[in-house]
Amino acid sequence: MTDWLTPVEWEALGLSAKVAIWSVGLSLPLAVATAYLLTRVDFPGRSVVNGLIHLPLVLPPVVTGYLLLILFGTKGPIGGWLEDTFGIVLAFRWTGAVLAAALMGFPLMVRAIRLSLEGIDPRMESAARTLGAGRAVVFLTISLPQLMPGIIAGAILSFAKGVGEFGATITFVSNIPGETRTLSIAIYSFLQTPTGDAAAIRLTVIAVVLSMAALIASELLARRASRRVKGMEP
Amino acid sequence: MSDAVRPTPVEIPMPLEIDVEKRLGPRFALSVRFEAPGGVTALFGRSGAGKSSLVEMIAGLMRPDRGRIAVGGRPLFDSRAGIDLPPEKRRVGYVFQDARLFPHMTVRRNLLYGQWAGGRRQGAMTLEAVCRLLDIETLLDRRPGALSGGETQRVAIGRALLSDPALLLMDEPLASLDAPRKAEILPFLERLVHETGLPVVYVSHAMEEVIRLADTMALIDDGALAAVGPVEALTGRIDLPLLTGQGEAGAVVGARVVAHDADYALTTLEIEGGGRLQVALLSLAPGTDLRVRLRARDITLSLAPPEAASTLNVLPATVREMARADGAFVHVLVDAGAPLWARVTRLSADRLALSPGKRVHAIVKAGAIDRASLGGRTSRVPGK
Repeated sequence: MTDWLTPVEWEALGLSAKVAIWSVGLSLPLAVATAYLLTRVDFPGRSVVNGLIHLPLVLPPVVTGYLLLILFGTKGPIGGWLEDTFGIVLAFRWTGAVLAAALMGFPLMVRAIRLSLEGIDPRMESAARTLGAGRAVVFLTISLPQLMPGIIAGAILSFAKGVGEFGATITFVSNIPGETRTLSIAIYSFLQTPTGDAAAIRLTVIAVVLSMAALIASELLARRASRRVKGMEP
Repeated sequence: MSDAVRPTPVEIPMPLEIDVEKRLGPRFALSVRFEAPGGVTALFGRSGAGKSSLVEMIAGLMRPDRGRIAVGGRPLFDSRAGIDLPPEKRRVGYVFQDARLFPHMTVRRNLLYGQWAGGRRQGAMTLEAVCRLLDIETLLDRRPGALSGGETQRVAIGRALLSDPALLLMDEPLASLDAPRKAEILPFLERLVHETGLPVVYVSHAMEEVIRLADTMALIDDGALAAVGPVEALTGRIDLPLLTGQGEAGAVVGARVVAHDADYALTTLEIEGGGRLQVALLSLAPGTDLRVRLRARDITLSLAPPEAASTLNVLPATVREMARADGAFVHVLVDAGAPLWARVTRLSADRLALSPGKRVHAIVKAGAIDRASLGGRTSRVPGK
């Protein structure tokens, strides 16, 4: 069953999945908070924050990776502090790949959630409050369920981005088998060896299938969730 | 000793105290102060007068710059005492103009939201009682997206009722509905008002709704209180230009059903001051108190009692005041035991030499009094 991929290829695939799942899980709450901040709160410097979040989308991934290395490397201002305070090392570790994937997927996630949030009538929330629900309960019972389409779409897009992330990852955490050699980096590595073509093609097919499946799933789930939210089906 | 000896508890009305100031724009400030007894208080005025802002302040969705809001003596907002309860702590049920049902929940979950999410007690009414009152039993498992406009608004009313409110706010609950839907909901509102006994603040710019539902009327004009008092008292005042617009001007008078004449299909009403009116047969028991709106355009004035006219209702009256003339017509306030308004042309007014103190006869068309111009005044609801 498992012999259609070599152990090395399985390792790359598993690592990619692990990195993507962690990056989605950790960035989701932050993305919801950021989307709220950008949609509902009018604060000075809003466009600056908005720009910063979207920066990874337009910046060359190598640049993003290099900036990560400068900031989060063991000698970097944040990386050094993380290591001294929490003993967390990101550079050249799979945890660093998680950070790179999260950063690259973040704008996609925030955009999808914002789109959903803009469709929610804040007056629904005030109606809920007159019925006795405090802010937290209103968020859980009124806002969150209506945000679901955006959250699902954003999470899946960011997951797909995380599985395939290459430039920032290889720059920040390099290409270490079993530690940071994710799917894309493995494909790149196989292409560097004379006999690696077959393995590269197998992983490429997996990458294409995975990405397509993610896009279709995100579309279907978001559509279903939005139909439910609009009160059209039970 | 037994319970029978105990004196019956005195029913304490729940007064509404409002005294708020709020700057709403560079050129618009709201400053309103009044107290209302229990029952239904109508906030009446043009759109943009500040009625909705006032209601939002009562609900806690808008913060006044200064002032005090209390329901039944319980302060919800008091800038001097530093009290500003959040909306969820106010126990103020709010029926919005646009219903605002939660689209992702069934009607049942919407109705019970105050209880399962808001932590409110069951309150005076059970789900079953509310469903019966509003006739929404069959909608419970549906989604708001599948409801008609009238059904949506009924569910919204039920949702507010089931959150155990101490006060019910209704912000033009009928404004978004067409005439047939309005006619469908009004009887439910009448029933609700009379059966629950909840104090209600009802925002409207439709006189018809005010007459049918309200006891007290507060006129809001340009962010300020123009007048407040019982509906009958305010409609008898000619100095309130808000009430004279749109050909809808008219006095509201208290009346009682005296007798029926089945042969001619007529009902005799006795209005305040002893005058009698014969109107098309009403399905109300003799002795029922009600309110009648007599529109100025349905009343004509004559110096001598008409003898061979087809009109049944002629009331001797004295001219009290003449309103400022506007175009071809002038509104005349006459005293026929109760204050009545008549709309006559300026030409007629001059020909008849109408002036305060002049004795006249007010002629009321019987056909002018229909269901829409009647309002209940007792705990009994006039039959449908």
